[in-house]
Amino acid sequence: MTQAVTDRFGAFGGRYVPETLVPALDELERALADALADPTFASELDALLTHYVGRPTPLTDAPRLSAHVGAPVWLKREDLNHTGAHKINNALAQALLAKRMGKRRIIAETGAGQHGVATATVCARLGLECMVYMGEEDMKRQSLNVFRMRLMGATVVPVTAGTRTLKDATSEAIRDWVSTCTHSHYIIGSVVGPAPYPRMVRHFQAIIGREARAQMLERAGRLPHTVVACVGGGSNAMGIFHAFVPDAAVRLVGVEAAGEGIDTDRHSASLSKGVPGVLHGTLSYLLQDAHGQVHPAHSISAGLDYPGVGPEHAFLKDSGRATYVAVTDDAALEGFELLSRAEGIIPALETSHAVAWIASQAGRWASDEPVLLCLSGRGDKDVATVAPMLELGGLA
Amino acid sequence: MPFSDPLADGPIIQQSSQRALEQGMTLAGTLALVAEARTSVPVVLFSYLNPLLAAGAEVLHLAARSGVHGVLVTDLPVGMDPEREAWLGASPVEFVRLVAPTTPRERMAEIARHGKGFVYLISRLGVTGVQESVSTDLPATLARLREVCDLPICVGFGISKPEHARQVGALADGIVVGSAVVRAAEQSVDAALALVRALRRALDAPVHA
Repeated sequence: MTQAVTDRFGAFGGRYVPETLVPALDELERALADALADPTFASELDALLTHYVGRPTPLTDAPRLSAHVGAPVWLKREDLNHTGAHKINNALAQALLAKRMGKRRIIAETGAGQHGVATATVCARLGLECMVYMGEEDMKRQSLNVFRMRLMGATVVPVTAGTRTLKDATSEAIRDWVSTCTHSHYIIGSVVGPAPYPRMVRHFQAIIGREARAQMLERAGRLPHTVVACVGGGSNAMGIFHAFVPDAAVRLVGVEAAGEGIDTDRHSASLSKGVPGVLHGTLSYLLQDAHGQVHPAHSISAGLDYPGVGPEHAFLKDSGRATYVAVTDDAALEGFELLSRAEGIIPALETSHAVAWIASQAGRWASDEPVLLCLSGRGDKDVATVAPMLELGGLA
Repeated sequence: MPFSDPLADGPIIQQSSQRALEQGMTLAGTLALVAEARTSVPVVLFSYLNPLLAAGAEVLHLAARSGVHGVLVTDLPVGMDPEREAWLGASPVEFVRLVAPTTPRERMAEIARHGKGFVYLISRLGVTGVQESVSTDLPATLARLREVCDLPICVGFGISKPEHARQVGALADGIVVGSAVVRAAEQSVDAALALVRALRRALDAPVHA
């Protein structure tokens, strides 16, 4: 019998899918348990994480940002992973799992393109066929990433349904999987979707927090006062939070995208403004109307532009273990510029939301209370979007 | 009942759902249409879970009063959410469950035990949509299900033409046609009526004629 009934995070999570996928999810669950019990899987994954991805990623001090904030800020550098974001931690592990399952065709969805690029990358390395579903709107916003995926041999399928963003790309990827689950594996890019995906993706991303916790103890001599990460679906946040959840004194803060403001109807703040509902196989906070129809999300960053959120975040919110706040498009742009100028690190627009929230809290921490930021990705992909808004000149 | 994100549906029903929602269709509106139709044929409400959850605990009583006899929830498989399955199972409308071609035999039996009204057998891997032919695996899947299922079996997904109705009708107790009727209705009401009549004639024709 399936684990889905018990595999919940409090009331959240579960497995709300077409019947066709139930056996495929059962098979995945068995394969995952088998792989996690097999030392050869761990050693193969570790070797690739070290020599291909470039782990462990550094923990960087941020002296000028720290001076601005009034507390020491530390940056967990997931932007320095191969392909420029944390997404590859999960894509690599799931691709190895797919190979073990004998599935040589990989499906992925992507918003900003970072998960799509990570998946295309590991498929090239492992010799797997790769299909990436991407909203037509996002393909425009992230044309550089579309080119990168195609260059590495992936097929990028434009999704023209609905909002033409991450939500509809995810629906289309699931539809592909319903048709091909006997020979394809679906690599979900975040801690969303039906069980066992949220727990599996968190497991493969938890390396971020394990490394960061040890690095903080070594470099700062103590645990962080506050851990901060941006939240769309929430995989980098779950990745860095997980190791700190048992450390009751460590404050966990997730930063959602407030878009044009959380009191407008153009934002992606599912935890701040949504109510529980079912989308893409999981029960979690969801932006929806009074009739249970999903409300389109909005964010300047394609990677946060999603009306749902991982069910474990819903649980952490309701249990009070983590706090969720929201930052607008405009503030995120300021965060983008701030970290670039203060530290010479151009953050992804997604991450810029977390930078902006930390900056907005300047003076709230004592000078010996360190703040740990998950620098989930680099911002090169966003330069074309941001350039016309910042009006610095130099990019037509 | 249209939903904004119909995961199990192909382009025809995706687009019709979107059109319906853009025109303001709601669950209450759907039930009002059922009540207005006053049809003598049993009516099964075909929905995703979220609009039902949003409508609240009493919605299935309202559905029954509107003339709905059954409810089919595409994204709530057997055993995945006992609390909400109990809610649907105890309601005055019959909670129809689905079996897929990938469903193992033991699970087919479990689904058949939980089902009411009839069991909906998905004819092939994939989403709803118009197809050229019936899946060649269907007779074997249907035979496996028949061995463990006492309820009538209706087959859907991809059944588009009178010829499909004849073929599947000879094996199953009923057929489900969605996308083909929606596509015909996009042309005209008359086209939809003509298709349904042709399907009915195909079902009623003697099997060995």
